[in-house]
This record gives sequence, C-alpha cells and structure tokens, in this order.
Amino acid sequence: MKKLRSKWGRWEWMIGIVLIISLYWWSIRGIPLVPIQKSAGQVSASILHGMFNPDWSYIYNGSGEDLVSQLVITLAIAFLGTFISAIISVPFSFLAAQTNSRWFHPRATIGKLLLTAIRAFPEVILAIMFIKAVGPGSFAGVLAVGFHSVGMLGKLFSESIEAMDHRAELAIKATGGTKLQRFWLATLPAILPAFLSATLYRFEISVRSASILGIVGAGGVGTPLMFALQTRDWSKTGVILLGIVLMVILIDGLSSYLRRRLH
Amino acid sequence: MQVPQLSFWKRYHVLGISVTLLLVLLTVISAQLTGVDVGAFAKNSPQFLVILKQMQQPDWNYLSQIQKPLAQTIQMAVLGTTLGTILAVPFAFLAARNIVKNWWGRSLVRLGLSLIRTLPNLLLAALFVAIFGIGPMTGMITLAIFSFGMVSKLFYEIIETIDMGPVYALQTTGASLLQTIRIAMLPQLAGRFASDILYALEINVRASTVLGYLGAGGIGLDLQQSLDQFAYPQTAVIIIAIFVVVLIIDLISNLTRRHLQ
Repeated sequence: MKKLRSKWGRWEWMIGIVLIISLYWWSIRGIPLVPIQKSAGQVSASILHGMFNPDWSYIYNGSGEDLVSQLVITLAIAFLGTFISAIISVPFSFLAAQTNSRWFHPRATIGKLLLTAIRAFPEVILAIMFIKAVGPGSFAGVLAVGFHSVGMLGKLFSESIEAMDHRAELAIKATGGTKLQRFWLATLPAILPAFLSATLYRFEISVRSASILGIVGAGGVGTPLMFALQTRDWSKTGVILLGIVLMVILIDGLSSYLRRRLH
Repeated sequence: MQVPQLSFWKRYHVLGISVTLLLVLLTVISAQLTGVDVGAFAKNSPQFLVILKQMQQPDWNYLSQIQKPLAQTIQMAVLGTTLGTILAVPFAFLAARNIVKNWWGRSLVRLGLSLIRTLPNLLLAALFVAIFGIGPMTGMITLAIFSFGMVSKLFYEIIETIDMGPVYALQTTGASLLQTIRIAMLPQLAGRFASDILYALEINVRASTVLGYLGAGGIGLDLQQSLDQFAYPQTAVIIIAIFVVVLIIDLISNLTRRHLQ
C-alpha cells in the first residue's frame, strides 16, 4: 500500500536530510568538548555510598533542619502553590476557552495569549523575583509555584471546557433554568472531574519544582541540597537525593491512584 | 409507590464535605509551614511591580551579546535529545510488554526508567555540575539523561500499541529478533518516534534555557548575571528572546509533526 513517491517527494527527503545534517554539524561545533573532571568517578561513588549508607541522625532529629521536615515543607510549598493556582486558573480558563469554532475569537485569543505569557516565565526566574519581594524562604517558593502553575492549569482547564459535553446544560436550559442554575447543576459537575484530575497532575509537577526551587533560595529540600553540594558533603547529597526520589514516587503513586478513581 | 431514596452518604454529601474539610486543613497546615505572610506580600508587592516596570523597557542593545549563548542553548538541546533518544531505544524495547514476555525483567527495566524520571532536570543539572564540572558539556549530559527517561517511556508505550501481525509472520519464517524489529516494527514506529523526539526537543529547549543558572552552559548563565546585577532591562531581553526561540521551535516542530502524520 506504499504510495509511489513523486519526484518532488524525493527532493523533499533530500532537503530534509541535508537540513538535519547541517543542524547536527552546527550543534556539534557549538559545544566545546572538554574532558570531564578527574574527580567525577570518585564524587559519584561517594554520592552512591551516601545513598546506601544514610546518616540516620540527619533523616529525622526533630530540629526542623532534618530531611523529613524539609521534605514536608517541600510538599507544603507544592500543595499550597497548586491550590492557589487552581483557584486563580478557573477564571483564566473560562476566559481562554474557545466555545465556538469561529476562526477569530477575541476573548479566547486574549486569554490564550495571557496564559502563554505566564508560561514563558521560567519558574526559577519567578522564584528570584518573588524572593526580592518577600525575602528568601518557602513563601517565595509558594508564590512562584502558584504563579507559574496558572499558565499550565489554565490551559488544561480551558481545554477540558472546550471538550465538555453541553447536553446537560441544554437540558436545563430547555426546562427554563437560569444561568446560575445551569452553571451549578450542569457545567460544574461536567467539568469538575477533569479540573481535579488536571490539578492532581499539576501537583505531581509542582512537587518536583518545589524540590529544586531551594537552589535559588526559595525554601524546601533544595536548600540543604545546595548546601551539601557547595560544601562537597557527598554522602549528605546522596541521602537528600534518596529522600526526593522516594517522595516523588510516593506522590506520583498517590496522585495516579486518585486520578484513576476520578474517571 | 416507593419513592427512591438517596443513601445517607449521598444525601448529605459526606464525601464531598470531608474532602473539602481535608483540603482546608491541609491548606492551613501548609500555610503555617511555609510561613505565608500576606501582609509582607501586600507591603512588598510594589517592589515586585518595580521589577516588572523595569522589565518593560528591554535593553535591546543587549541582544547582540546573547546570540551566542542562545545558540548554545539550542545546540545543547539538540545534542542532548539525540543522545538521550539513542540510549532510550534499546531500553524502550526491553520495557515493552509485547517484546519482553518476562514480567520480572520488564518490571526491573521499568523501575529503573521511572527512577530516572523522578529527578527534575534542574536537580540533575546541579548534581552533574558537581560531578562533571561546569560548562555546556554538563548541560548536554543533563538533557541526555533527562530525555532518556522521558523518551524511553513514550517509546515503549508506542511499541506496545503496534500491530503484531507482521511480527508473528516474520517470526514464523525464522527471522531473528533484530530482523523482526527492523522489518516488521520499524516501519510502524518511525513516524511516531520522530513525532515524540520532536516533542522531547521542545521540552528540552525550554529546560536548557535555565540550566545555565547552575553552571551548565547556555543562556541561563547570562540570565543569572543580569538578575544578580539587578539589570532587569537585560533580563527582560533574555526572557523575550527565550520566549521567541521556544515559540519558533514549537512552530517548526508542530509543522514537521503534522507533516509526518
């Protein structure tokens, strides 16, 4: 069933291959090949050693500076950030949802542009900007996660509004329901599962983000990780890495279980 | 006639109310843990607005200085994605249900792959800067590992959905595993693989723009310098440049993907 390729098709292939080869040529020349550090092997061995022989006194000692407390704070940053952004995203998503298929839709276009602009700010930069406003610490992390997530959640929410089933809405309209009743009884129940599922998915991503924002001083487990890396405390680095991996696996498992229950 | 009754649970929305209460409780605890201080935010938000205001006058002359790091960012992403993909292909086949019938072997591979996926790319960058030293090479390695985790999952999910008819046909003729993959599977896979590689490239271009912040090469280094020197008009130029590059890459990638299908 293979289509016979026209002459033009063959040229297209040739052009594609030439383009790809020149892209790689350009890329390889742009990255200076430097030998990796001599200590690379030793450092990674120490980190692995730290992972498998954790320093138990660091994992929990009740001082608030231990690994478990830091991981809990990381989760709190992710939770609060996602929660705030889920609320802010709702009006944005209604703004950005293209509810009819006209080719130009001013309201939806403006909404979509706004969300794209929010997504353009990398989370790390937002964190730095918020640190300048509220000082270093977890609160700056919450604000960064909360602000950045709006870009993605607003997009996901608006897509689920676009894909929703309008029949229940029409049924209530046909019986003479008011606009508010229509929203409360038909629109909301139709989109709520999709909204919750998207929020849970974003929470998974936020946990990952929250665990690195400490690198720039926005609280969470990234802060001790950065200290450990700077002081070349490899075994501590290993323990913190292990903690982050376990936390992420746990949250991913919990979230995907809840999302499966929603559907 | 009996009127149908809602059960107690449904009638009084027990589940909904308890979930709401739980969320409120978690919010309060989180707010306490993270030291949320709305007053401070309200008091200092003018300062945040000052930053945004300074960003409104981008320093366009700075654009000539960031062309090279911006190019390096894309180069890192291209090479990192390629290396990661090459590494991912054999592991994707090992993790696919229709290739490896052994549950234990498959699960072991999948466990390894999902462990790699748990680490966010900035964390990988921080780690690799410590291990390999600073520079764009480290950025490339970071992106390679990061895309390895992502691409291998995308690939094995594709492999599991292929039509096994041609595969069985070849197997009955006594073809080896590699021959089966090459003749019966690759033609089904190539287009969708290419589409997912482009998707990974999009994500990597976005990711590579901040890697330099930790010393892993690319535009992130200039970003860090401009932020450290409070040179927000320069920061604005970098953000706009990143935005434009990401948009262009997304556009090219979307067009190519549509062409592939």
